[in-house]
Amino acid sequence: MTRAQFEIRLFAVLRWVVIAFLAVITLFPFYYMLVLSVKPIDDLLLDPGRIWVSASEFTLGTYRAVLTPTEEGGQGFLRLLGNSALVSLGTVALTLLASVPGAYAISRLRFFGGRQVGALFLAVYLFPATLLAVPLFVMFAKIGLQGSLVGLAIVYIAQTVPVSIYMLRNYFATIPRSVEEAAALDGCSRLSIMRRIVLPLAAPSLMATGLYVFMIAWNEFLFALLFLAADPSLWTVSLGLQQLANGIEVPKTVLMAGSVVLTVPVVALFYAAERMLTDGLTSGADKS
Amino acid sequence: MTTRLTEPPARSDSGSAPKGGEQRRKRGTAAAQENRAGLAFVSPTLIVVLVVVVLPIAWTVLLAFQRARLVDIQTQGLLGNWTLRNFEQVFASPGFWSSLWTTLLYTAGSTFGSIALGLVAALALRRPFRGRAALRGSMLLPYVAPVVAVTFVWEVMLSPQYGIVNEWGTGVLGWDGPVAFLSQRNTDVTVLGVELPVPVALLTVIAFEIWRYFPFAFLFLLARLQAVPSGLEEAARIDGASPLQNFRHILLPQLMPVISLLAVLRLIMTFNKFDDVYLLTGGGAGTDVVAVRVYEFLTARFDVGAAAAQALVLAAVLAVLLGVYFTFFARKTQEEAQ
Repeated sequence: MTRAQFEIRLFAVLRWVVIAFLAVITLFPFYYMLVLSVKPIDDLLLDPGRIWVSASEFTLGTYRAVLTPTEEGGQGFLRLLGNSALVSLGTVALTLLASVPGAYAISRLRFFGGRQVGALFLAVYLFPATLLAVPLFVMFAKIGLQGSLVGLAIVYIAQTVPVSIYMLRNYFATIPRSVEEAAALDGCSRLSIMRRIVLPLAAPSLMATGLYVFMIAWNEFLFALLFLAADPSLWTVSLGLQQLANGIEVPKTVLMAGSVVLTVPVVALFYAAERMLTDGLTSGADKS
Repeated sequence: MTTRLTEPPARSDSGSAPKGGEQRRKRGTAAAQENRAGLAFVSPTLIVVLVVVVLPIAWTVLLAFQRARLVDIQTQGLLGNWTLRNFEQVFASPGFWSSLWTTLLYTAGSTFGSIALGLVAALALRRPFRGRAALRGSMLLPYVAPVVAVTFVWEVMLSPQYGIVNEWGTGVLGWDGPVAFLSQRNTDVTVLGVELPVPVALLTVIAFEIWRYFPFAFLFLLARLQAVPSGLEEAARIDGASPLQNFRHILLPQLMPVISLLAVLRLIMTFNKFDDVYLLTGGGAGTDVVAVRVYEFLTARFDVGAAAAQALVLAAVLAVLLGVYFTFFARKTQEEAQ
């Protein structure tokens, strides 16, 4: 057997081993989360090694505990879900408003300083959230926006604008110039070209970018912790879950139910638009 | 601006005189118009970026040189009492250097590991098979799921009391006893007769980071792999190249630009990582990365000045690292970024 033949056989086997390994490490934690969330805590402590749930122990009490309002003795996650949704949608709207014109200008128009501005937008990546956190924290304390959902959405723009400029710019670059030129010949102004031609053509990319921004905002934790920790009625789900785990003794199974509640919306969105999202992120990565 | 306006006529000299003149004027105004439109379009974005990113960073720099506690900030203006004490305090405090070292280990391990695992995954999923699309989708789950939820699952799985990993480890794999993955600083492992301290908690948070971010590398590497021209590999196969040789000499050179871009991105993001470490260990058991220290200075002591100084030192170290990186890999990364 030559070296090549040996390797071909070896890798044919290894490939499946790797695939199985990857499937287990990525899926098992989520399966485990789901299983624990429908078990009573006693059953977990009795037999921690079991990874299924029997019909007799199956319970949705954990979800009830997490979702019922605090006034009725639950953890009030429904309200937290609402907060998260508000902040995330607000962030999506603000980010798109802020990044669409800039991304278009950089990818399409030649103007004085354009390259430098483009570089600046990418350089924003270099500044860490922790570095931004200090001054934003102080700034918001000063103008009294700390502890407000609007303030949080504004802060999130700093996290999302670089990514969305990158995604949109790559997409705008693929729209043929001739389409815009034809519209210009027909007497369209720049703004109406943008509104009538470019934005409709870029709709898939706008969707993908919006979804990605939504995920970032939904999953964010540091700024929510810094800005909202004082006021439980404004907590996002992430923050609520973390505070729940730190606070008074809450059964782990209830925390798992909370994790499921936090994860489901974002994973559902992701599966609904997976192809679009991954293409939007990696467009430009596959050129030689 | 002026150079752009005069550029077109120089080129259109060969055209017939009257027509050329007309074009000259039109092109001139078109370029000026485009310039104006470009500036108009870019300014809202620019303003937003200046306000939410550039301005705060400039302020961090100022704060780092001031004696500033949160209460003072409410009253004192932008330019308070200038001092270098924050930096003295940062460099002199016992935990700082070890925390910087921890950050470096954490960053290096996580960046390398996530790209390596992403590469293995991309190679394994390169050729189509039944269920590939579904698997590809689920492999991205760790990356898209909320960090709070996934750190909880890891915490529960790794728990010494009821965690599945320890249960199976002691039951099936024959471990001596449960391992406190997230709260044990070191354990001694004997390798070839030498006792080596293994930083358990640090390795666990690195493993978590690799797990969470390998999908990101996988996504980009798979996209790039699928654009490799098939002719190259066919030719190599006919010449008798083995899969390893094929990878080493054909695929790897093609992937190198993406790999170095990923390395930069992961380096930047991991170096400043706060939430993953904070949620898993709270910065205890030898996992006190600088980002977590910044947070603690800010919230536990309300010492804004010291927090800013630390954040600034962190950014400076990152800048040095990136400088080193770009001197060695600049060309390839730039090619990819364009």
